[in-house]
Amino acid sequence: MTSGIASRKPPEMTLAGALCVVLPLVQDELVVHANGFISRESFNLEDRLGNFYMIGSMGLASSIALGVALSKPERRVVVFDGDGNVLMNMGSLALIGARQPRNLVHFVFDNEAYGSTGNQPTISQHVALDAVARASGYIDVRRAETPDQLQTAAQALLARAGPSFLLIKIEPDREARNISRITHEPPQIVSRFMGAIRGEQPDLGNPQDS
Amino acid sequence: MVDGFDFVRSLRVAGFDFFTGVPCSLVKGVIATLEKRGCYIAETREDAAIGLAAGAYMAGKQPVVIMQNSGLGVCLNALSSLSLIYTLPCLLLITWRGYQGKDAPEHVIMGKILPDLLTTLQIPYHVLEEDSVEKSIAWAASTLKQTSCPTALVLPPGVIT
Repeated sequence: MTSGIASRKPPEMTLAGALCVVLPLVQDELVVHANGFISRESFNLEDRLGNFYMIGSMGLASSIALGVALSKPERRVVVFDGDGNVLMNMGSLALIGARQPRNLVHFVFDNEAYGSTGNQPTISQHVALDAVARASGYIDVRRAETPDQLQTAAQALLARAGPSFLLIKIEPDREARNISRITHEPPQIVSRFMGAIRGEQPDLGNPQDS
Repeated sequence: MVDGFDFVRSLRVAGFDFFTGVPCSLVKGVIATLEKRGCYIAETREDAAIGLAAGAYMAGKQPVVIMQNSGLGVCLNALSSLSLIYTLPCLLLITWRGYQGKDAPEHVIMGKILPDLLTTLQIPYHVLEEDSVEKSIAWAASTLKQTSCPTALVLPPGVIT
């Protein structure tokens, strides 16, 4: 499917654009976010109790998600990962392939850049991360370069047994994004996420009290 | 010496139920026991194991991460920017290569700085001794509950078979 750099078209989506396609498809899935703009953009678009925002420990989002997925096989766990993160912890793709968690869906937003530190290039323009995932043992591996492809692929993968992998080619943000950081404290992110894993509903108060 | 099988049993009795890590020859028996029971996840890197344990903890498990002290070097960022700031507890079972300076050259520096490194990271630890292994495990379990942060058991050579 990949056909070399010469024939490649520029991606049609930004990170925010791609998230706007994916987020409406996410229901009660637990979503582990990689650090940087992936966490921040998703947080600003739609903050969910079932979102774990990893603010440091670059590379480990997929490891955290795998820990959840293996411990809670009845819940679907989604990773919102980035190319820089995946390249930093490729062993995690291998372990996911080896353990075969049926409830794990791995989305990688690939802008071929370290977006949060000034768009320095990663090496993902030279490395087909989807091919790495396939070789690692993910059972359903797809690539999306347009919003339509993304919609179709994301919908399919969120409805099937995994482990599955979706490489979403996006463009780096061309202008500096003044986007807010995660405002929850890290321990608060944990307690919200643990509540969502246990299936607790948020306490929204009694409507009759207002 | 304490048998690896008995050590695993003590960990399980204390409530630990998720085991991952990267091996060291000093915990050969421990990992063999866990593998035999099908409850060990062989990670590729020690920091990834910290991530795996973080996820497992949030999903209700009490994780143990097994590593050589060389792996503690790999984990500095995972511990400081994940476990410690999010208050995600896990038991670190860290083997002490380079103990008392007697080991292959690659272990000597980490062997020397291991206690200071744990102190600097503010990770509480016990050094395991043959006659107080059970006590140390009980201490670790209660410290993990109290602090909700990583706690270490450091294993010198000659304590567990």
